[in-house]
Amino acid sequence: MEHFDIELDVLKQKLLTMASHAETAVNDALRALTQRDTDLALRVKEDDRIIDQFEVEIDDLVIQLLTKAPLAANLRLVTVAMKISQNLERVGDEATKIAKRARDLSQEPPVKIAIDLPRMARMALDMLKAALDAFVNRDSAAARAIIPRDKEVDALNKQIHEVLAQHMVANPDAIGRCLNWMVACKSLERIADHAKNVAEEVVYLCEAQDIRHTAGKAAEKAA
Amino acid sequence: MTAPNHRWRQFKNGLMQAATFVCAILVVTPLVLVFYHLLKEGFSSINFAFFTQLPKPVGETGGGMANAIVGTFVLLGQAAALGVPVGVLGGVYLSEYGSTRLNWWIRFAADILNGVPSITWGIVVYALLVVPMRGFSALAGGVVLGMMMIPLVMRTTEEVLALVPNGYREAAFALGVAKWRTIVQIVMRTALKGIVTGVLLALARVAGETAPLLFTAFGNRFWTHRLNEPIAAMPLQIFNYAISPYDDWHRQAWAGALVLLLLVLLVNISVRVLTRDRFQRNT
Amino acid sequence: MAENATTSRIAPAPPAAAGSLALAVQNLSVYFGNNHVLKEVSLNVTARAVTAIIGPSGCGKSTFLRALNRMHELVPEARMTGQIRLFGDDIYASGVEPVVVRRRVGMVFQKSNPFPTMSIADNVTVGLRLNGIRDRKLLARRTEESLRMAALWDEVKDRLAAPAISLSGGQQQRLCIARALAVQPEVLLMDEPASALDPLATSKIEDLILELKKDYTIVIVTHNMQQAARISDFTAFFYMGELVEFDVTRKIFTSPDRKQTEDYVTGRFG
Repeated sequence: MEHFDIELDVLKQKLLTMASHAETAVNDALRALTQRDTDLALRVKEDDRIIDQFEVEIDDLVIQLLTKAPLAANLRLVTVAMKISQNLERVGDEATKIAKRARDLSQEPPVKIAIDLPRMARMALDMLKAALDAFVNRDSAAARAIIPRDKEVDALNKQIHEVLAQHMVANPDAIGRCLNWMVACKSLERIADHAKNVAEEVVYLCEAQDIRHTAGKAAEKAA
Repeated sequence: MTAPNHRWRQFKNGLMQAATFVCAILVVTPLVLVFYHLLKEGFSSINFAFFTQLPKPVGETGGGMANAIVGTFVLLGQAAALGVPVGVLGGVYLSEYGSTRLNWWIRFAADILNGVPSITWGIVVYALLVVPMRGFSALAGGVVLGMMMIPLVMRTTEEVLALVPNGYREAAFALGVAKWRTIVQIVMRTALKGIVTGVLLALARVAGETAPLLFTAFGNRFWTHRLNEPIAAMPLQIFNYAISPYDDWHRQAWAGALVLLLLVLLVNISVRVLTRDRFQRNT
Repeated sequence: MAENATTSRIAPAPPAAAGSLALAVQNLSVYFGNNHVLKEVSLNVTARAVTAIIGPSGCGKSTFLRALNRMHELVPEARMTGQIRLFGDDIYASGVEPVVVRRRVGMVFQKSNPFPTMSIADNVTVGLRLNGIRDRKLLARRTEESLRMAALWDEVKDRLAAPAISLSGGQQQRLCIARALAVQPEVLLMDEPASALDPLATSKIEDLILELKKDYTIVIVTHNMQQAARISDFTAFFYMGELVEFDVTRKIFTSPDRKQTEDYVTGRFG
């Protein structure tokens, strides 16, 4: 089955390349946001079509591999690859949304407010990186450890929203800009969700257990 | 690939082809010669009388070989009665039962027996039957021909049964059919043509045996009414006529030989017809 | 050996099974002379379900199948130890004739082998006739029933007297199935029944098996894993004479427990 193993490797490499594009997109979008870099924001938007193209290629490769009737771990790898590529494509879309907000915000004066967006960004990006590392290393325990971290990101998102809401009440002229910040945070929260999804897929790949949609505590317990 | 080499190779090819053709012709030639002579010498003597009349006394012309013809059939009938059951069932044993070791010895014995000169068979049966019975008999003749048939029929039956694919036996066993039933109703039935062919060929072979009959059937100028009396047979009659000094008898010997040959020919043709492929499918 | 302890466990009846226990195999070992061909195999065959036996060449799967209807006894110097119960009856008990066992446990072979001297109808009823059944009406009825069950009736009903060998390969195999079904066995064993057929004929046989399992218990040896995945409810993986893993088919092909099974199923050996 050497040839088939080579084809599976091609699939894995494609997936990882797509992942690195997605990570870069998120990083660049955040930099464009914090450094008010319009050009960078534009680049992120344009490069999103590369990520979309990867999803199409990976789906096509998956169909091809399925005609060869893979079984057991190979079967799980192929179906998981399809799911992960979907999640990565959404991550790319969220990065684009962040970039759009960055572009809008950079055309107006900055808002004088302290929100802990960098920390939220760091958490979301770390989750994504950890999920992809778990995929590469087939580390089920590491994947399970990622899942509860999504709650922390959600909590931080909520917190930032409250701060922004209060600011909007106090400074009505900053409503537009605050809303943009809210949207950007929401995108980061979604990116964390997608990272969690990837982690769940990795657990399925390694353990053949489907832990999606189970209560967070149950997933934690098993870790 | 130079031209002279090519021509030399062509010449060699042609030479080989010509040589093998000549040899093939040479193989067929004796048969053609035999037929030609028999037809030339014997055909004119074949008439209704030949088939219906007894030999005339010495010195008189005319008469026929009716008793010899009937005698041959009587002997062959007895031979078949002895040779077919024993030979076929022996072949069945070799093919379907038996241990490898014992079977090897049985086959070895059968092959030796197939090579025993026919006159030896005659002498043996002379000692076994003719002496105790105090006389030559049709029975002894039938027995000796039957005994000669046994190893032949046994070997051909065994070989034909071995050609029946094992899949059929397995299929029958898997249906819960007992072994002996499987052998008779499935295996032998599938190989039936081959078994019949083997029997017919063995009969054709012993039909022409003369030497053993010299010591057993002995020959008879009249009709035989009982099996413990000597009986006429065609090869015997032909032999006696051929070495006699009478032209008339020589004539009849030729006719007899022709009839005997035609008999053998008839058997061979029947075998061909029986075993032709009507609709052969590879199983 | 510790290995033996884990491989000789009796597989638990998986919860999804809707049938009773058709065949209970316990510690079955088969020897051909000094050759230890099957080693302490234990497994349960569920009634009205398809159990597939997979494994590389020479792993003993055909020998195992044949032990289920005592066909391995056709090989001289074959002996076995252990026990096999067919719906509770010990088929190797002293006094039990192999012939009787084989009427309850039928077999279909890899190479279709309809009897060449018989017509289609005669082939179907041969098992009955050679066991003494002469009632013409019964035979005719059984012929039609069996051919219908084998999905062959419509194709041959107008030429039942035609020679069996005039059928195509796929039809011949279905005829062999009808022949096996005519004696009304309780269990049907199939030794790679479709491996000599083209894909269309193969898929017809597979559909047939899926229909038959509503009424019969079927054990099928196959080297085609996709076929096992398609038609079987339970799968047993054999390797070098030992039963390595036995479980519901879905599990064997999506997440087997044993690494050997995983390696075989993903094609890393065999």
